Amino acid sequence: MLELGIKDLHDRLKSGEIKEEELINESLKKCHEVQEKTNAFVTIMDEVKPNEVTDDILSGIPYGIKDIFSTENILSTGSSNTLNEYVPFFDATCVKNLKAHGCVGVAKTVLDELGMGGTGTTGHTGVVKNPWDTRRMCAGSSAGSAASVASGCYPFALGSDTGDSIRKPAAYVGIVGYKPTYGLISRYGMYQFASSLDTVGVLSRSVEDAAIAVDGMKGLDENDMTSFDSSDMHLYESLTKDVKGKKLFYIKEVCDIENYKNPSDELKIHLENFKEKLKLLDKLGISVEGVSIDKTLLNALPSTYVVISCAEATSNMSNLTGISFGPRGEGNSPEEVIKDHRTKGFSPLIKRRFVIGSYVLQSENQEKYFLNAKRVRRLITNKMNELFKGYDAMIAPVSTGVAKYLDNDKNMLSDDTSVLEELLQIGNFGGFPSITIPDGFIDKLPVGLNITGRVKEDELVLSIAYHLESLMDFKNQIAGGEE
Amino acid sequence: MAYKAVIGLEFHCEMKSHTKVFSNAINGYSKLSNQYVRPLDMAFPGTLPVVNKTCVRKAIEMAMILNCKIPEYMEFDRKHYFYPDLPKGYQITQFFNPVGVDGKIEIEVGGEKKEILIHDIHLEEDAAALDHYYDTSNIDYNRAGVPLLELVTEPCMHSSEEALAFLEHVKSIYQYTDISDCDTKKGQIRADVNVSIMDEDATEFGTKVEVKNVNSFDGIKQTIEYEIKRQSELKDAGRYDEVIQETRRWDEETGTTIHMRNKADAIDYKYFTEPNIPRYKITKELLDDIRNSIPELAYERREKYVNEYKLSLYDANVLVKSKKISDYFEKVVNLGNDPKETCNWVTTRVLGELNKSEENTIDNFFITPEMLSELIKLITDKKITNNQGKEVFAKMLEEEKTASEIVKEYGMEVIEDDNLIESLVNEVISENSQAITDYKNGRTNMLDYMVGQVMKKSKGKANPVSAKNTLLEKIK
Repeated sequence: MLELGIKDLHDRLKSGEIKEEELINESLKKCHEVQEKTNAFVTIMDEVKPNEVTDDILSGIPYGIKDIFSTENILSTGSSNTLNEYVPFFDATCVKNLKAHGCVGVAKTVLDELGMGGTGTTGHTGVVKNPWDTRRMCAGSSAGSAASVASGCYPFALGSDTGDSIRKPAAYVGIVGYKPTYGLISRYGMYQFASSLDTVGVLSRSVEDAAIAVDGMKGLDENDMTSFDSSDMHLYESLTKDVKGKKLFYIKEVCDIENYKNPSDELKIHLENFKEKLKLLDKLGISVEGVSIDKTLLNALPSTYVVISCAEATSNMSNLTGISFGPRGEGNSPEEVIKDHRTKGFSPLIKRRFVIGSYVLQSENQEKYFLNAKRVRRLITNKMNELFKGYDAMIAPVSTGVAKYLDNDKNMLSDDTSVLEELLQIGNFGGFPSITIPDGFIDKLPVGLNITGRVKEDELVLSIAYHLESLMDFKNQIAGGEE
Repeated sequence: MAYKAVIGLEFHCEMKSHTKVFSNAINGYSKLSNQYVRPLDMAFPGTLPVVNKTCVRKAIEMAMILNCKIPEYMEFDRKHYFYPDLPKGYQITQFFNPVGVDGKIEIEVGGEKKEILIHDIHLEEDAAALDHYYDTSNIDYNRAGVPLLELVTEPCMHSSEEALAFLEHVKSIYQYTDISDCDTKKGQIRADVNVSIMDEDATEFGTKVEVKNVNSFDGIKQTIEYEIKRQSELKDAGRYDEVIQETRRWDEETGTTIHMRNKADAIDYKYFTEPNIPRYKITKELLDDIRNSIPELAYERREKYVNEYKLSLYDANVLVKSKKISDYFEKVVNLGNDPKETCNWVTTRVLGELNKSEENTIDNFFITPEMLSELIKLITDKKITNNQGKEVFAKMLEEEKTASEIVKEYGMEVIEDDNLIESLVNEVISENSQAITDYKNGRTNMLDYMVGQVMKKSKGKANPVSAKNTLLEKIK
């Protein structure tokens, strides 16, 4: 029954064909199996009680929660040793909203420590493995959510996305990853990484489930000044809206193989597959055109992201001192106690990012690095908004191919592929709604494509994705399912 | 040798509001630690700031009163440093675009007008309070997130008198606008004091010394005077190079300032704009609305009291010193009483009572403006005499009753019955023939003596004017 989508599960729960308790127990059982295989979980909530099934489509549905969300009375570590025993006394707004719909959180999933990282290998409970091939990574930071949804533990899991932390892992495990417009879902209770980029989102096995889940958590929140009122936005109901006549663009510089000097075979197949899938859009009456963007601007993407995200992260994580929560450090002065806590608590990757963040914020460097990065961010956003005047959305391949091996996570990156690897950060720069859906396989490993649209036009982005998904065979696929 | 002192102030003041500036915890004073704490105040992971609109309004109001330029957008910045009293690891403040810049305000120092230049005023949050014990320190988060207004002057003052006059002026504005009580006992004010000295004819400033966290007006005065003296003595001794650009602190016990850190050790606060608070436009409508809500301030009331009410400058100053006293006074006047008469009652009787004990405040004072008005009216309507009035006032407080209740209880109504007064006068005349003779021989004070006798016989209830007139007629 765990292979079913939310709507099907709901119908069967309503009819009594599936019992609430049975569904939760199956989900928990599956989580334990998947934990053995992929190490996707920080906590599996064996004691959780099923919820009564009502007319609410989300009632009684199990789901996973990235451990970056604050959950009342449940360990919420952010996959960091600095919070290894932290049990919050309040729920994140998105979790609270899902609870109100009767949704049942069954597990807390592993992430790259505090959301910083793109490999799923830096959490304090160890590496998360890709369920399609356990020698490979899921990417990150929403690695555990990706692995567990792809393995069929539940229909969806919460993720957070600062650069591509939902949308890249989704591609690597062959599922849907949806980062809504910035502010559609309240960030209250999600541990902050880079506040101006952080977005709450969802990983699922169908666009439909992503829409249903986000309908259940979005909305204006008095605890988050960047959230907005979306009561007139109905994602699930709008999925089937006609998309005929819509216009998409792709960026030639990253999508055309002739722009790469020595492309790998994998990249060639990945881009060929992407172009093949663009042809499907014809059937929907959607046109696609290649556009050119100044290479200088594109090349500035990765460094712009590093500067802004590291600067905000070093500030946001200054609350982790071990003074009022988290393990107390040792030392003879408050400074020593704080230093000890942070030295022992953070992984080397995070410390490196803190050093970068501090460096770019120093008064003598701010103008050159931080303020310039903010300017470049605006230029990129402006460029996208300009393109969105003529087109309804951007379509792009996700990453340069399939999930990478765990033991050589860095050396795959070469200069001319770095823009494609980091392309999805555009979605965070502009706060655009952005969704990844699976679009094929290379050597039995899934790959994905992404659609990114105008701010607050989540309905349109999702319905394009929904229609395209319906023309492919990857909806509701489960990793290691029937061969 | 006397040098010219140059003084600048950074004056922090805790604001009044229902809730804290970025969280919905109560902003209040409690003797118990950690009573008013919400998740944000302890910076639990995932918490976000939400701006208190009332605090923003009040900050803009103060910027207007100080004649500052007000920016187009309201925005906040983060100031970073690690300390156990700072839960988030940064303070939310306004660094790049404060709510007011380049202001000025006129004050009076020793009867002369002086303009004080305001560098900026900004809205920020307070840190938690640390309570230090022998081998441990406790953190009290009640104060974490309490709204603060920080007012920064230009280095434009030259004596402790000027600095104090400025601070008293600002304190009065804060109290009149209800922005802050400025209660030093509750730790609501703190100042950083910048002092340098220079030769009278010099054009360049001397070396600036900053003294941090002085928390009373008296402390500020002493700090300034101590620093001027310390720096002057070093300069006199040819050791001015020992005055270095540094941060010091005021030590109350020794009455001196003590070195904290050098300029070279200054912290880089790595300011950047708070991303969790979207900047928002300060509209013309909002500005107009705030401008119209600015109440009459102390110096405006003082002018009214002197010019319209014809009170002495001294009395006017006494009344406006506290807004609550001034409000009390105005309420009584607005109930139809003569300002001068009312002023006498308020400045002598009411303030006299309040000054008897620290526990007495105008808020818990038994005699309300309405009750005082009733009392004054009894006198002006000649229902009781002025002296009786004073007695009634005392009895009102003693027995917690209204003036009319007291007058009734003690039978103090003035006797207006002419027949009764005439018979009393006749009695006095028949008993004092010698006094009458003396009076007729020119000892006019004998008249007052005889009026006194009439009053005595009436147990003070006779209308003294009627008694005097009747007497005069009889002995003519």
